[in-house]
Amino acid sequence: MFLCIKSVGMPGEYVPIDYIPVIIVLFVATLIGLLPLVMGVILRPRRPYPLKLSPYESGIEPVGEPRYRFSVRFYVIAMLFVVFDVEVVFLYPWAVAFDKLGLFGFIEMMIFIFMLLVGYIYAWEKGALEWD
Amino acid sequence: MDLQDLRLLAPEIVFILFALILLLLDLMVKRKEVIALTGLVGVGISAYINYRLVKMGWLGGVLQDVFLFDGYSNFFKLIFYINLVLTILISLRYMKIEQTSYGEYYCLLFFATSGMMIMASAGDLIVLYLGLELMALSTYVLAGIIRRQRRSAEAAMKYFFLGAFSSAFLLYGIAIVYGLTGTTHLKGIASGLHELGLLNNPITLLGLVFFIIAFGFKIALVPFHMWAPDVYEGAPTSVTAFMSVGPKAAGFAVIGRVFFDAFAELDIQWSAILVPLAILTMATGSILALSQRNIKRMLAYSSIAHAGYAILGIITGTAEGLVSTMNYLMIYTFMNIGAFSVVILLRREDLLGEDLEDYAGLSKEHPVAAALMLIFMFSLTGIPPTAGFIAKFYVFMEAIYSGYVPLVIVAVLFSVVSAFFYLRVVMYMYMKEPGERVELSMSGGMGIALTITTIMVILLGIYPSLLLEFVRASVLG
Amino acid sequence: MVPLSWYILLSTVVFGIGVIGFIIRRNLIMIFLSIELMLNSVNISLAAFSHYLQSMTGQILVFFVITVAAAEAAIGLAIIIALYRHKPSITAEEVNLLKG
Repeated sequence: MFLCIKSVGMPGEYVPIDYIPVIIVLFVATLIGLLPLVMGVILRPRRPYPLKLSPYESGIEPVGEPRYRFSVRFYVIAMLFVVFDVEVVFLYPWAVAFDKLGLFGFIEMMIFIFMLLVGYIYAWEKGALEWD
Repeated sequence: MDLQDLRLLAPEIVFILFALILLLLDLMVKRKEVIALTGLVGVGISAYINYRLVKMGWLGGVLQDVFLFDGYSNFFKLIFYINLVLTILISLRYMKIEQTSYGEYYCLLFFATSGMMIMASAGDLIVLYLGLELMALSTYVLAGIIRRQRRSAEAAMKYFFLGAFSSAFLLYGIAIVYGLTGTTHLKGIASGLHELGLLNNPITLLGLVFFIIAFGFKIALVPFHMWAPDVYEGAPTSVTAFMSVGPKAAGFAVIGRVFFDAFAELDIQWSAILVPLAILTMATGSILALSQRNIKRMLAYSSIAHAGYAILGIITGTAEGLVSTMNYLMIYTFMNIGAFSVVILLRREDLLGEDLEDYAGLSKEHPVAAALMLIFMFSLTGIPPTAGFIAKFYVFMEAIYSGYVPLVIVAVLFSVVSAFFYLRVVMYMYMKEPGERVELSMSGGMGIALTITTIMVILLGIYPSLLLEFVRASVLG
Repeated sequence: MVPLSWYILLSTVVFGIGVIGFIIRRNLIMIFLSIELMLNSVNISLAAFSHYLQSMTGQILVFFVITVAAAEAAIGLAIIIALYRHKPSITAEEVNLLKG
């Protein structure tokens, strides 16, 4: 529906009419996020007393740090993921232009993947993929 | 796409192939000497292929000139080969002393060197950027390879942040130039700037300034030198030797390429920017080195000062000036790695051997090591008959021919200042009484490296034409 | 179509934010993110130039910048972790062993 709206500005004057759907979606998304919060504030009964306001209303007293340390494994896996994931960026243009590039492009991409493979084997053998 | 072109890429292809082999070899072999030896074989094969290609006269551009295989790039590749071989030779024993015998070390040296080779051959800004990043990312890791030492990790961090910062500037410069001329090809940029009448455009100048900032970081020009002393001190000494020569020479290679090819018509502008930077660099390097007690830190400031001298040849904007800078860099390679080799000699399990006091009375206990250090210190100062004198002499002569007489006077003055801190090392070695007894960590590889560097420093000092004719032939054809 | 100058303005502003962030921030992760911001601001201008000039070169460079930025992220975080193991703090002031 929105896509049917034509640009109405003067010649040479720029009106970003094509972006109206984006703005409307942005607006609606914000509204959907805010609406439950606002409704909650309006509708709920509000009778505060100290015990209710304390963070641990029931159960035992908190023991130790609430934030516990992540295993360093997470970082290693994340780093490996980032590197190997982004290399895929080169596979997309190659896949799109595969017909034109032909055999030469195929061999080139195989060399590229071979290099990634060497890195992968290295990471594997070094135990970067082991969990413990 | 002409497959025939690919043969000119053979040295780089062999190099990267060997880097991958070293990586896999590390998984299979326990003895690190095997990896180092395989690496040396790889350098030999690559250098031989390079030599054969040059002998057959197959010079030219590859893939529409984005990769240039010419005398200029081949000369710089020779520097990188020498740098890599000497670094491998001095590392073997040292890395054991540091308890850091990782196979990755050699693999990273290979990747860094292939990045430098790609930089020297780049005929297009994209290739230049990729080569630079390949070199930079490998050297960041190399600087921090002694994981159990906090100062090594700190050095890596500082190098990483400032290096990444500078490469962002390089990218912005590339984007500006690309936006103006519509190409990233160096020759295309030159013709684009000329034809579109952009030579006096302030935006072009902004792009040029961004390039100078980025390359200035790589060769440690003041005021972009802040990282150098910390990184040189914190990194393993063998890596310091490697990166005080390799990335610096690669930085000069791209400066020569970009400024002489793409911004050839703006030579007045970039000379005007580089002159104050050169003076600041020589001044800061020489004066701050005076107060250093740590020899690695002192050599770091000295290498900053040397970048200031070497850039004089670029400032002239002439082909002869470029020749003198390249001559300087080759000689600097030998004398600087030589000096760092002696620093490594003093490193033991229980002694860092980096403080000036550790050199006290070295001549009495180890006269040969002291004599070698004497030669390298004389050469770094620029005292004849060592090669360092020849290097400075030709750069200064070219600057005088181009009319930069005041600049040369300043340079000579700071050379005199630099004599104070270089000769202080000599004074400590020969005139002080020895402290505790020092054992040297000598090894076969180290012996070869010291022999090569010493012979070259003396030989090139006595027969300067040996190298100079070679440089001239490779640049001027 | 959005005019080219808007993109350049956006890219310059983002690059400037990155530079300022790099200089004034004290948390290493934030400094690192500032660098990423600088790289991506360049990507904006490269893509805009590429479209405006109708040449693919800019977009090719954007691809490479994205991959290099990923490699840089991996290495940068690895270095920060290596440093963190020596001293569990990641503010720039405490990286102070090397001075002179």
